[in-house]
Amino acid sequence: MKNQLIYSIAKALLLARWKQTLVAAIGVTFSIAMFIALLSFMTGLNDLLDGLILNRTPHVRLYNEIKPNPNQPVLQSEKYKESYNIIHSIKPKQERLEIFNSGAIMKSLRNDERVFGLAPKITSQVFYNVGNIDLTGVINGIDVEQENRLFFFKDYVTLGNYIDLKNISNSIILGKGVAEKMLANIGDVVQVTTSKGERISLKVVGVFQSGLQDYDNTQSYCSIATTQKLLGVPNNYITDINIKLKNIALSPFLAKEFNRIYQIDAIDIQTANSQFETGSFVRSLISYVVGITLLIVAGFGIYNILNMLIYEKMDSIAILKAIGFSGKDVKRIFISIALSIGIFGGLLGLICGFSLSTVIDHIPFNTAALPTIKTYPINYNPKFYFTGGIFAIVTTYFAGYFPSRKASKIDPVIIIRGK
Amino acid sequence: MKNILEAKNINKYFHDPVTNQVLKDITFAVNPGEFVSVIGKSGCGKSTLLYILSTMDTDFEGELYIDSENMKNRKEPDLAKVRNEKIGFVFQFHYLLNEFSVLRNIMLPALKLGRKSIKEIEQQAYEKMKILGIESEALKKPNQLSGGQKQRVAIARALINNPIIIMGDEPTGNLDKKNSEIVFDIFSELSEVYKQSLLIVTHDSDFAMKTKRVIEMDDGKIIRQ
Repeated sequence: MKNQLIYSIAKALLLARWKQTLVAAIGVTFSIAMFIALLSFMTGLNDLLDGLILNRTPHVRLYNEIKPNPNQPVLQSEKYKESYNIIHSIKPKQERLEIFNSGAIMKSLRNDERVFGLAPKITSQVFYNVGNIDLTGVINGIDVEQENRLFFFKDYVTLGNYIDLKNISNSIILGKGVAEKMLANIGDVVQVTTSKGERISLKVVGVFQSGLQDYDNTQSYCSIATTQKLLGVPNNYITDINIKLKNIALSPFLAKEFNRIYQIDAIDIQTANSQFETGSFVRSLISYVVGITLLIVAGFGIYNILNMLIYEKMDSIAILKAIGFSGKDVKRIFISIALSIGIFGGLLGLICGFSLSTVIDHIPFNTAALPTIKTYPINYNPKFYFTGGIFAIVTTYFAGYFPSRKASKIDPVIIIRGK
Repeated sequence: MKNILEAKNINKYFHDPVTNQVLKDITFAVNPGEFVSVIGKSGCGKSTLLYILSTMDTDFEGELYIDSENMKNRKEPDLAKVRNEKIGFVFQFHYLLNEFSVLRNIMLPALKLGRKSIKEIEQQAYEKMKILGIESEALKKPNQLSGGQKQRVAIARALINNPIIIMGDEPTGNLDKKNSEIVFDIFSELSEVYKQSLLIVTHDSDFAMKTKRVIEMDDGKIIRQ
């Protein structure tokens, strides 16, 4: 009942100046709405840009790098162990690009519960033959189903059906740039020459567009079997194993572990693409700063209005104190006013923010670089709504706190005597 | 019989702009059911004394007992509770909240005290209004009433918690002669019929002369009581 009394007085004071109260609430609404819309849009955009690279990048890639053996004979000699050895012109020895014992490695990885999935891959340098001209390029031999499951291969195939790559033998999906240069359409047959000089005909079953032009201008995809045939290698020949983990944060750690266990080169996504994380972080930071600035401005509005209200209602505060309301009660009355502005304005702001995000979500956004995107990206993460709501309440609380404290300290004697 | 209000050797200084003693060694007591008026020239410290006695001003020397309890060194919420429960106020200006109806204004101190249900408080408020002859105004807003009526609402509000003493600071100061008389009649009725103790500060000597006991002050001292 005591709370009810406090709230009823707060309500009466609030409604006595309802126009100013409304302006204050609209300030909060506006800033929360902008906060939500800005953050949803920025994060949507971040996810889109990150996805462009990160979705297509394995968390850990296992491969064999061609490099000189770091453990040269002179270093193993007991005699020169204490010496400072300088060796010139070291060359890598004749080494195969394939991963040794790939079958066993894959089997062991599939049983590792930290691994979400893996896709074997063969990368091979080729020439695309266009009349007399040879264009350099790369053919990726992929396990079509795994590649689609882990790296969303389907999303990037703009023409044709991705699964045909598996179902039709000797088929190829060309990069958009390659297809344009070769004037190749679905159903056409194109010629490629392997690095070993063999020439082979492949049927075009699709065109893919990754959004990265450099990539689209050189890369093409074949099934693993086709690529092995192309290279004339046995069917256990694999050059890369792309691994997707359940927890991306573990990738640097697991890369080191795989490197140790399988005696193979392993690179993790953080090392390979660290710039993306930095970019996302800075963009999120900017959105948060703008959102919080808006809220603080709204907070000052509330502060002003409450100060004015307290000045106007000085008599009422004095009499409330004279008839037995303590300073704490008066403080609670004004904090209640501030918080109700914050809660009402904040709630409305969350709704407006959601509506604004939905509107942005429906604005057409077509770009050649991003084939799967039709409208502006929006991330409807409940976290933003939660943060926005908390911010609204916290800022209004502080905006109300100082005027309330002032009100609670009003000395009734001065006012009553002053009349 | 114990005193409901007792002041012992109260001294009060104002420090701004120069230290100046406004109350000098005030000692007196109010007995239950007494109707006391404090009279004196403007600036003699009578209002200052009233604010000290009402616990709103805590910056003084000496001792103050209300209902035989020492008020010195009490915390602010504690004093607020004493004011709520034991003291009824009537000021020169009515200080009603225009946002609330007359009824609600009168109920406010009792709602704050929170000892009774809203129904009971409402009933009590109507009883008090009947004594003061304003029950027909119950649902109006204070700014729809005349000055005399407002002052009567303020008195009803002072009475709602059945305080042990009613303190008035020039309660008739803003009223014309006719309304002043009405207010005085109410006070003497409260004193005689309901045995209500009253302590009224006034500079209106006609008003004071009609009360049973007059305390006269001059230059911060009681010169006659």
